[in-house]
Amino acid sequence: MSVATSSLPVGPAGEERDFIQSATGRFVSQRRVRGMGVFLLLLAVVMALPFGLNVPSGVSAIFTLTTPPSVTVPNLVQPVRAVSIGLAIACALVGVVLIARKSTRGSYLVFSFGTVLFLWSFLVWVGRGTSLNFVSLLAETVIYSTPIIYGSLSGVLCERSGVINIAIEGQFLAGAFLASLVASATGDVWFGALCGAAAGALFGWILAFLTLRYGADQIIVGILIDAFALGLTNFLLQEIFTNHPNLNSPPVFQNVAIPLLSKIPILGPVLFDQSAIVYGAAVLLVGIHLALFRTRWGLRVRAVGEHPKAASTVGIHVVSVRYGNVIFGGLVAGIGGAAFTVGSYGQFTSNMAAGLGFVALAAMIFGRWRPFGGLGAALLFGFSISLVSFIGVLGVDIPSPLLAMAPYLITIAVVAGLVGRVRPPGADGVPYERE
Amino acid sequence: MTTEPIAPPSSPQDAASVLPAPAASGTGGAGTGGAPPLYRRLLARLVEANPAVVTVLSVFTALVFGGILIDVTSSGVVHAWSHAGSHPGRALSLTFTTVADAYGAILSGSVLSPSTLGHAVSTGQGWAQVFNPISETCVAATPLILAGVGVAIGFRTGVFNIGAQGQLIAGSIVALYVGFAVNLPIWIHLPLVILAGAAGGAAAGLIPGILKARTGAHEVIVTIMLNYVFLNLLNYVLGGAPFQLPGQTNEISQKMLPSARMPHLFGSSLRVNLSFVIAIAMAALASWFMNRSTLGFSFKVSGANANAARTAGMSSTKVTILVFAISGLFAGMAGMATLSGTNFFLSSGYGGTIGFNAITVALLGRNRPWGVVWASMLFAMLDVGGASMQIRTGITLDLTAVIQATIIFFIATPMLVREIYRLRSTGAGALQLFTKGWSG
Repeated sequence: MSVATSSLPVGPAGEERDFIQSATGRFVSQRRVRGMGVFLLLLAVVMALPFGLNVPSGVSAIFTLTTPPSVTVPNLVQPVRAVSIGLAIACALVGVVLIARKSTRGSYLVFSFGTVLFLWSFLVWVGRGTSLNFVSLLAETVIYSTPIIYGSLSGVLCERSGVINIAIEGQFLAGAFLASLVASATGDVWFGALCGAAAGALFGWILAFLTLRYGADQIIVGILIDAFALGLTNFLLQEIFTNHPNLNSPPVFQNVAIPLLSKIPILGPVLFDQSAIVYGAAVLLVGIHLALFRTRWGLRVRAVGEHPKAASTVGIHVVSVRYGNVIFGGLVAGIGGAAFTVGSYGQFTSNMAAGLGFVALAAMIFGRWRPFGGLGAALLFGFSISLVSFIGVLGVDIPSPLLAMAPYLITIAVVAGLVGRVRPPGADGVPYERE
Repeated sequence: MTTEPIAPPSSPQDAASVLPAPAASGTGGAGTGGAPPLYRRLLARLVEANPAVVTVLSVFTALVFGGILIDVTSSGVVHAWSHAGSHPGRALSLTFTTVADAYGAILSGSVLSPSTLGHAVSTGQGWAQVFNPISETCVAATPLILAGVGVAIGFRTGVFNIGAQGQLIAGSIVALYVGFAVNLPIWIHLPLVILAGAAGGAAAGLIPGILKARTGAHEVIVTIMLNYVFLNLLNYVLGGAPFQLPGQTNEISQKMLPSARMPHLFGSSLRVNLSFVIAIAMAALASWFMNRSTLGFSFKVSGANANAARTAGMSSTKVTILVFAISGLFAGMAGMATLSGTNFFLSSGYGGTIGFNAITVALLGRNRPWGVVWASMLFAMLDVGGASMQIRTGITLDLTAVIQATIIFFIATPMLVREIYRLRSTGAGALQLFTKGWSG
């Protein structure tokens, strides 16, 4: 296979290889970095006072670090007060570093280190006087992140070719619904997931058909697909599943422990004892990254997304490339939808995507239209959802509606505070007209 | 683009002023004497893709699609077709009667029911039941008109406010508080409640406006996330004092005082109330605002061409923040209207899908306030009639949501409608609805 050189003037120039630093943007201003530093200082105050000094000394939080496949590790017992104050000092130091630094390079990595310290301190505070299964918290994080990863990959595929895909939410719902229906009827999870993917692809095709052939507005059609899918799945849920509940009780993908790797403490159960749908996300993540940035196909896609006229001049058929990508993107989102039902929860419930399609879009924007860029954001959102359900179980005295806001508030904070002015692919959202 | 020197400004009201070319060219004159007869002109208008024709055909096509959906999911029809070999006529007639029953139920439930009319005429009583469907349609249309006009103003300014749901909830929380916490005479209490709803919505609208203007955060994501935030905020405030109904553990609020409630228009047996009049008045105000005021003009210019607006000295920051505040104000009033008009209390999930339907009626009304009024009446008919369809035929109400979404699919794709019905082109660019991408 011939490999495209990355010196061609497509894509954000010169950023082809450093996807690891994708979040360390060139668009980060000194002011924004200072803002992040001040934010960390505020977090440090919260960690020192309510999480630290406010807790009576002698209270400890126990983190369980062992779950079945891995080898046994001793539990981590942490005195809440001491740990929180120590973490607060570290977080304050990180904030000071951010404020004092001259260069803005790597600011996001430093900032995310600071937020990890905060989350650790929060967990210790939440688990005070009791024990908290840290490993299963992380494993749940991976499961909750999976649809978001699929969704943001779908977004990357579509938008790199120049079509905005706001229909991810609708594709999630369609995929989740059909996967549940087919898997229940046939008893075959794989076939169910396949049909879920096909449902997503069908909605991708509708998006492509209306926007590429008839020049309809991409955002409006996307929102309509979301509304349509919500209405349709609710309608069918009432009409079919109420009378035939057996059609909405699908088998789910079983966890497959990878030999040896799953024995690693903490990481083993989190990453290597998951279902095929989770592994599929990882495979697609790597595959789409390589395909987009290392193959002839990827170069063409990016050319079409950046400068369709130029791409057309060198003989690339812009509309068919976009068709292909939008349908493929829908397919990926459809698998993400299947992850809601046959991937984890089983039964289809009304509006079960609950805005995660848009969260996936936010993750994609945060990741600046790169497969791995969105991964961090997807994991953060997954973690917040998983944490909310954990706190609900632990019975912490925070009202549950306020907790349920957390993932959405984090999304707004990420989009407004961290991303700032982004540079989407050049022709993203612009209808292409042949002369 | 257009063959006509005077391009139609794509509004149904103005459409009558433009003639189609082919008929007029033969007589060689624009004078009234040389013009083709009226019926020819009307006929020509019917086969070209003007906004009115496209709108009607969109609704028609969506109803056909809904009919197919009814048949496919109806076990009776499917069963009849599986025996179509022996009784083909029965299958065919059942196919049509099932759909006709469903749509008939929608009409009689939302406009006029022949049976209650007959009863009222013959016995001379029960007139309230005759007017009840249309009264219910007006009640359902009220929040749609208000929220839809708000979204439409946003669209014309080039911002996509999907946050009507959240702004509606914010407005109704504030209005509810004013509605039960203070005790005043109605002539001062009711205006205060209205103002509170508007202020709450406007405040909620300011959040995405300021975030977009200051940080560039895209409004589509921010407003949708805020919808979920306000949904949970509502659950939170309903979970305790001062909002929760005393002695309750459910998420149900206190009721508004009688002085904070909208008076009925036609007696207490019909639910239609003052809020419907307010909604129409606000639509008129919005129409004046967008077409006659300086600020409305700068909104429209920013929507049509942001660069031109900037060159003309209009501050895009100011326009962005203000348009979201105004859009939110309308949404907040929508929440207040239902609360103070018919509901009087809040519960979890208040507002249903009004925020989303506001987008669809704005698109159906082509972002003109009066267009939104008509679109809202149509959608309210579908919603109200859908409920009686569910009772009468057992087909679930969600069908109407599917029909509504399908209508808008066609509205958003006028080129598709033109192609299906082989309509003559009138420069479909004027029919197209556009938003801006991520960086817009």
